[in-house]
Amino acid sequence: MSEYLLEIKDLHARVEDQETDILKGVDLVIRPGELHALMGPNGSGKSTLAKVIAGHPGYEVTGGEVLLNGEDILDMEPDERSRAGVFLAFQYPAEIPGVSISNFLRTAVNARRGEEEGDIGVLDFQQQLTRKLELLKVDKSFASRHVNDGFSGGEKKRNEILQMAMLEPLMAVLDETDSGLDIDALRIVADGVNTLRDEHTGMGVLMITHYKRILEYLEPDHVHVMMNGKIAQSGGPELADQLEEMGYDWLDEPEPAPVG
Amino acid sequence: MPKNETVAQLGLDDYKYDFRTEDKPVYKAQKGLSEEVVRQISSHKGEPQWMLDFRLKALDIFNSKPMPDWGGDLSTLNLDEIYFYLRPQDRMERSWDDVPDDIKNTFERLGIPEAERNILAGVGAQFESEMVYHSLKEEWTEQGIIFESIEDGLKLYPEIFREYFATIVPPGDNKFAALNSAVWSGGSFVYIPKGVKVDIPLQAYFRVNAEQMGQFERTLIIVEEGAQAHYIEGCTAPMYSTESFHSGVIEIVVKPNARFRYTTIQNWSSNMYNLVTQRAMVHENANMEWLDGNLGSKLTMKYPSCFLVGEGAHGEILSIAYAGDGQHQDTGGKVIHAAPNTTSMIVSKSISKGTGRSSYRGLCKVYEGAVGSKSNVECDALLMNDTSRTDTYPYIEIDENQSSIGHEASVSKVGEEQLFYLMSRGLSEAEAMTMVVRGFIEPIAKELPLEYAIELNRLIELEMEGSVG
Repeated sequence: MSEYLLEIKDLHARVEDQETDILKGVDLVIRPGELHALMGPNGSGKSTLAKVIAGHPGYEVTGGEVLLNGEDILDMEPDERSRAGVFLAFQYPAEIPGVSISNFLRTAVNARRGEEEGDIGVLDFQQQLTRKLELLKVDKSFASRHVNDGFSGGEKKRNEILQMAMLEPLMAVLDETDSGLDIDALRIVADGVNTLRDEHTGMGVLMITHYKRILEYLEPDHVHVMMNGKIAQSGGPELADQLEEMGYDWLDEPEPAPVG
Repeated sequence: MPKNETVAQLGLDDYKYDFRTEDKPVYKAQKGLSEEVVRQISSHKGEPQWMLDFRLKALDIFNSKPMPDWGGDLSTLNLDEIYFYLRPQDRMERSWDDVPDDIKNTFERLGIPEAERNILAGVGAQFESEMVYHSLKEEWTEQGIIFESIEDGLKLYPEIFREYFATIVPPGDNKFAALNSAVWSGGSFVYIPKGVKVDIPLQAYFRVNAEQMGQFERTLIIVEEGAQAHYIEGCTAPMYSTESFHSGVIEIVVKPNARFRYTTIQNWSSNMYNLVTQRAMVHENANMEWLDGNLGSKLTMKYPSCFLVGEGAHGEILSIAYAGDGQHQDTGGKVIHAAPNTTSMIVSKSISKGTGRSSYRGLCKVYEGAVGSKSNVECDALLMNDTSRTDTYPYIEIDENQSSIGHEASVSKVGEEQLFYLMSRGLSEAEAMTMVVRGFIEPIAKELPLEYAIELNRLIELEMEGSVG
């Protein structure tokens, strides 16, 4: 049994049918219960990394491994990875008109239940859903709205966290979950993630973000900076402060800068 | 033993079929359409002279009209090979073993009860829901509600029958209305008296027997002032028939302040040509809704219509069409505004998969003087593959300035992003496709009675499983 929840080794990937890799050898390890922040300039490959972990069909892996509890997940379809415990909170969640959130969540919950277990009971599901809605301070009426259909940015992000709460993943990747949110919405999202972390202490979180702001509410154990398809620098929470003061330029050097 | 040539033509080669030897005299089933066949039909039904005259005149009209050169491909429909009249006792006796496997499998997957499977496969005779019908009938008779076979309608209620029959769809309307008028057999006669509101839906299904499964059914429905009812025809389970041609006529009159809804779900097997004329006359402040689900058949041409002839009348057509491999659904609706302040709405949702083709064909016509008319048409198409096809043929004829007409159309593909989003939550590709399709038809599906909605959902699930290679 590996000590790492998520282990990314020398990962190379590109957009399907393109000539050059976007990810050029990413190395990263996350232990159970840890929260890692991933920062970096636009185009550095942060979102690509998130999508490749989740198995987006538009990308092609050209080298390396991604291990979840020691098992390589790169050969798995997106739904298999989800059932194995991976969760991606999308930066731009898709809209599914005509399908209620409640219906969608129930289908997702049932998708990971075994043959013998059978589908979740109606009452059971309702209770679980109500509890999570309360946890995330979301009104009950939210669940009967159609998935992301006509949602504001904040509502979409809140919906992502609600799904995370219902699916109880082992490893959650949050792709710029904070972008486009005002302070109140940000706090609610952060509270949601923290509450889930308290409930599931083994859950790992990889939080991709541009701004230091969210890190004030969600304290990372480690901060990484991605540049040109690789992790350029890793450190503790103070790295985020350095980035805020000095921008990304100081990292753009042949030798990595000394870590304090 | 004569073989059914239509069957062989369709390539159902391993399909066998035994004629029961009849030692009864006189009647012999014959192919093709002729005056003799029409006379036989009328005489076997014991009809009054006026009906025979009507049929013969309709036959003349049929012969004088050309085949339509629009819509679907009718070139392989050979009318000389069709049996235009078969009495129930002549219906070929078939056994369950002869029913094609894929039909049997679908029954299995949909959980259709044993007894029903026979009927749907055209194999059986009597059926439990006949008993349901009889017990309900007692209640209805007390209220003055009439729900009989069309033949009994003519026999038992000749005055009402004659007053309305063929006034809404005259035989000259189109070639297939003429055909139906000449050879009609089987269908329903429904009469709802003034002010009566029928709570439970009247189901054609209740009255199913071999005759009801006719190819040329004729239905006549009269809803008196202030009355209210809902009629359901068909079912989502696949209907199998060796007869490959179904041409029906449905006439409905909705009198002032009355409300009526007619729901059809058809899932004919893939050898069927399904050409239907459905029309309702809607009077002052009356409300008519057509709910039309077309899932099966090789080719369906069907455009439920609302003729809004009284001030304040309202008509709606909600249509779902699904065209899988080799299928062509040419469907939509017609709304005719012939009085002031009339309103109408058409919502058409079509799905094309594989080589399927779904076409929306609709007419919105506003006559001069139909001041204050409002009509809105929304047609949405969903393409599942690169090979599937959708077309839109909207006809808009407005002769009145003071009217408001809207038309919106959209075409979408099941997006890669949608699929990935759903799969990333643990749904398999088939489950994800099913979910997107269900969401697409939801605005119409939610209007269906619950059992139908459930069956429709299950059917879609089956189709989507098939689509994932």
